[in-house]
Amino acid sequence: MILAGLAFYGFAFIAIASGMMVISARNPVHSVLFLILAFFNAAGLFVLMGAEFIAFILVIVYVGAVAVLFIFVVMMLDINFVEMRQGFLQYLPVGGLIGTVLLVELIFVVTSWAFSPESGGLLAAKTPALAEVNNTEALGRLLYTKYIYLFQGAGMILLLAMVGAIVLTLRERPGVRRQRIADQVGLRREDAVEVKDVPTGTGI
Amino acid sequence: MFEITLGHYLAVAAILFTLGVFGIFLNRKNVIIILMSIELMLLAVNINLVAFSTHLGDLTGQVFAMFVLTVAAAEAAIGLAILVVYFRNRGSIAVEDINRLKG
Repeated sequence: MILAGLAFYGFAFIAIASGMMVISARNPVHSVLFLILAFFNAAGLFVLMGAEFIAFILVIVYVGAVAVLFIFVVMMLDINFVEMRQGFLQYLPVGGLIGTVLLVELIFVVTSWAFSPESGGLLAAKTPALAEVNNTEALGRLLYTKYIYLFQGAGMILLLAMVGAIVLTLRERPGVRRQRIADQVGLRREDAVEVKDVPTGTGI
Repeated sequence: MFEITLGHYLAVAAILFTLGVFGIFLNRKNVIIILMSIELMLLAVNINLVAFSTHLGDLTGQVFAMFVLTVAAAEAAIGLAILVVYFRNRGSIAVEDINRLKG
């Protein structure tokens, strides 16, 4: 139990510290790397809670896809980030004020509530005993039965995002010659070959 | 102190969410950092959902966390695509310059 507690404090501390570095690092590449660290530590928290599948999804999807996408974009765009940081201190007081108020409110909310006695009977999908079904299998059983339509909808959202990103960023640049398979296949003899009757001795 | 309760996880999530909001205020000019702050806030929400799910013994929260993850990934992809297109057109990603829709 002490080990789990120490692990919790370690993960929580590193996650919060790297969250601070995300918003305060001078170089956006460092911000992305600290974001990855925060995701790893949040995944550690999820494992501690007993939600292994979500933890691994977090590492695979966020660290493997989203964060790498961020790194690509940060490194691809040629931006003067020093200029972007102007006004950093100007917004510090009002941001700090709002952040403090929000944090105090959230802490009040977190510390001043309790489960109602009948909340145990209101579970929508009771977690099966870990000895019978592990977390991933239980989640799959729920996801592929009760939430199958929402699951398909999530897939459609991802497809939409993929198509949208491609449509937004694909462009036709002038002066670039590229192979157009459709034009090649659709070429007819009349368009490509012209037969001319050349009189003898004169040329065209 | 070493007994970790639901409140501990909720406190971590609250702090991360506040950091996300704070980051949006601090980096008013940099859209990339703002997007990263939004990711931090979504992570905090996910921690909340999973903490309640595991402490109540109700799997629905984890299913919901997966959907939040899906939407976050889609949002990041579309947001960064818009950013790339915007940078191509304007040569800058400063938030103040994004006023073209005003006409």
